[in-house]
Amino acid sequence: MKITGAQAIIKALEYENTDVIFGYPGAAICPFYDALVDSGIKHILTRNEQGAAHAASGYARVTGKTGVCVSTSGPGATNLITGIATAYMDSIPMVAITGQVSSELIGRDVFQEADITGATAPFCKHSYLVKNEKDLPRIIKEAFYIASTGRPGPVVIDIPVDIQTREFEFNYPKNIDIKGYKPTYKGHSLQIKKVAEAVSKAKRPLICAGGGIIRANASKELLDYANKCSIPVTTTLMGLGAIPYHHKLNLGMLGSHGVYAANYAVHNADLLIIMGARVGDRAMGSPSQIENKASIIHIDIDPAEIGKNIKVSIPVVGDVKSILSELIEVSQKGNVEEWNVLINEAKEKNSIKTNYEDKAKFVSPKYALSVLTKLIDEKTVVTTEVGQNQIWTANYLGVRKAGTFITSGGMGTMGYGLPAAVGAKIGALESRVIAIAGDGSFQMSMNELGTIKQNKLGIKIIVFNNHRLGMVREMQKVKYCSRYSGVFLDENPDFIKLFEAYGFTGKTIDSNSQVEEALKEMLSDDKTCLLEIIVDPEESTL
Amino acid sequence: MGKHILSVLVENHAGVLSRVAGLFSRRGFNIDSLAVGVTENPEISRITIVVDGDDYIVEQVGKQLNKLVDVIKIKQLEKEESVSRELVLIKVEANANTRSEIIQIVEIFRANIVDVSKNTLTIEISGGANKVTALEDMLKQFGIKEIVRTGTIAIERGNNYTKVNNNDEE
Repeated sequence: MKITGAQAIIKALEYENTDVIFGYPGAAICPFYDALVDSGIKHILTRNEQGAAHAASGYARVTGKTGVCVSTSGPGATNLITGIATAYMDSIPMVAITGQVSSELIGRDVFQEADITGATAPFCKHSYLVKNEKDLPRIIKEAFYIASTGRPGPVVIDIPVDIQTREFEFNYPKNIDIKGYKPTYKGHSLQIKKVAEAVSKAKRPLICAGGGIIRANASKELLDYANKCSIPVTTTLMGLGAIPYHHKLNLGMLGSHGVYAANYAVHNADLLIIMGARVGDRAMGSPSQIENKASIIHIDIDPAEIGKNIKVSIPVVGDVKSILSELIEVSQKGNVEEWNVLINEAKEKNSIKTNYEDKAKFVSPKYALSVLTKLIDEKTVVTTEVGQNQIWTANYLGVRKAGTFITSGGMGTMGYGLPAAVGAKIGALESRVIAIAGDGSFQMSMNELGTIKQNKLGIKIIVFNNHRLGMVREMQKVKYCSRYSGVFLDENPDFIKLFEAYGFTGKTIDSNSQVEEALKEMLSDDKTCLLEIIVDPEESTL
Repeated sequence: MGKHILSVLVENHAGVLSRVAGLFSRRGFNIDSLAVGVTENPEISRITIVVDGDDYIVEQVGKQLNKLVDVIKIKQLEKEESVSRELVLIKVEANANTRSEIIQIVEIFRANIVDVSKNTLTIEISGGANKVTALEDMLKQFGIKEIVRTGTIAIERGNNYTKVNNNDEE
């Protein structure tokens, strides 16, 4: 039977087990939205296309499935760009479907035309401009395959409106053969042997676990391996949750915004085992110093990451989960007792303080987050925005389980957290979802409160309000002689009233003594609400 | 630093060239030349790229190109084990006094005259970079009006060849 291109897209999505999509309609994607009426796929209307992309990302991160977002051509598609780039930097599996003007009009600058495959080329894993409706099944199958395999990432499919209306005989392909795309999963056995040998000889080994551990679902293997060989573990921002925060071998986050023990370990290790991490500048600011002191093992599914930012002695390309399983079999514990004593001493000196200052009209965000840690269960999903709120949460909220901490690590996208929480909640309805924001970043995506209301989602929102763009202000304080420029948010709205306008409730606290009670109250039901926490503008990130 | 020739097999689709070229610009790699043409298999094109850079750069170029889904295979061609050629058209000023001297030079280089006018001669030369540069030097004195180059293309010597599914040798 012949069906239209639009119906074919829906059918293909069903073949790919897509049950929810995030999107925003428009003229060039209308045939698709028309076909959507007759399908069982749930559509979540966000309040901006960027929110749809971030929500698809949040959904992908809690479910492990490929997130799908949809927009129309032109401004709809360009609004997706930040979301696509954010997903690309954090290796999140996503398929972005954009409408395009009619095939015969492409290139004539007609209404709402934008070259979205061209615009997204630098930060999507692959993209397609569909030129023939008969290619749709193959292209969609390939797109899901490329997005979710190897190193995951976003794939863009741009579909002209006339292609969506043309009829053809639909056949969903069974197999995929892409000549130029053959990801490596199995690690080279000789390289794995070399790793085992280096680890058994090392006196001061250290594992640096990145987001790859979480994407590969390899937390259990990481723990088994670290336990077997008594190797301490530090994580990147994206790797938080790869090892439970309270585990004896966990050192916390490394890097410029990380903790003392982690950075002590990085700079004193004689063997650094990097797993599923890309040696980003925020994690390792001076890789040349590190490579001079330690041998480097780098395990990654993306061969292009190996040797890009740090010189590697033993590279292993492949899936970190299967490589770790093999390593557990062949590895012997080295002579690391002395090292673990040093590590434990460093942990005691950790810059994370347990005493917080009580101030007259302010709450310590670090204290609030440490209280929150005690009140939530391991399934609770926490999203953050970007700025001080992100680093406070990374360092002071204990993440227990992989995939429960959702943040824009690579791109550092403000406005990510709230729509990501929408996607996360829809992906894990049984889990509590908490969105943590600053007053600046919250205002970048607060329109998504409408999405939350419409879909009756219960999301707990914490806004650390210091009436500033705190992280930029802090940078101006330290590096620009306190010449503050463009960082004041003195005319913030009344956030409580704003929440009330959507039918939600809110509460403001401004002293440490109110924290525990307010958080308990917030967590006493499943309704969306705001907890506004007033923070001293002088409060530092670290 | 030095020149490296990369022979890159890609899907013969629209947009592939812009992906490859875009990758070079956004990662800050320098291209000396880039030549594209379809291969014996019409579904596959070959891009021959001359890159200027050290070993680190060349390794990165290769790895980043490999990440592009449309890139099927990359081979770095070593100078001694490959033949490289470039086709160049040179329009040079020529009058009754200089014409015969220019023709003599062209003959020495085994180049061809492909067009002639009252005031100009157009010369076609193909060869390695050194030969082309040498001819260019010899012609400078007469006044070069315009040079058009195709960019280097290269092929492996002997039994080796770069194909989609082979292992470089037969």
